[in-house]
Amino acid sequence: MSLYFDYVILPILAVSLFIMLIRLFKGPEVVDRVVALDLLITSGVGVVAVYSISTDQNTFMDVGLILALIAFLGTIAFSYYIEKKGKE
Amino acid sequence: MTDIIIAIISTIGACVILVASIGIWRMPDFYLRLSVTVKAATLGSGLLLLSAAIYFPQTSVTTKAIATIFFLILTAPVSGHMIGRAAYFIGTPLWKGTIRDDLKGMYDYENHRLRSRNEREKEENEVKVNQSKEGNSSSEPPPSTI
Repeated sequence: MSLYFDYVILPILAVSLFIMLIRLFKGPEVVDRVVALDLLITSGVGVVAVYSISTDQNTFMDVGLILALIAFLGTIAFSYYIEKKGKE
Repeated sequence: MTDIIIAIISTIGACVILVASIGIWRMPDFYLRLSVTVKAATLGSGLLLLSAAIYFPQTSVTTKAIATIFFLILTAPVSGHMIGRAAYFIGTPLWKGTIRDDLKGMYDYENHRLRSRNEREKEENEVKVNQSKEGNSSSEPPPSTI
């Protein structure tokens, strides 16, 4: 079970995170970067869940809950200030 | 048996996250990227968390995983809506192949309010009525002042 997660699921997730990182660096507008960051953290919750299965340590699930909270609050704060500031 | 179920669910979740990342990489427009990624990331992370909830036998861990899934499903649409609204406000360009933009002219840029089409037509009619009243009143007074 652990081998399957180590050699199949985690590499797929690693490739996905790398592709999201490309958009985070490339994004032409600031909102593209915000969405890429939100997607990166939300996928990070899934990575944490898979890693906690792979190492058989259930303490990591707390980290997933906190990451989901941070993703939501970060996106809300970014959109609030972007809308308040206007363009440039 | 449980191992097979966990393997299937987590494989589907990882593939959905891969689809989301390809979507954010290849889509031509901010709004298309937003519409692809928010749903796919929620589904993918939800499936991976579900596999963790099935894998661990302790009730506390299962409850934690299900609470995280519930929180993700609850908050992803809200954050997606807010960032899309902010992006429309600062004038993020649409894809050149976009054929209609229903929000065009519907936002009041001064007090950040969205008006519906009916509300807008009603306000325009009120303005017209006021203008015609003012026109009548402006045409009446001159004789009385003289």
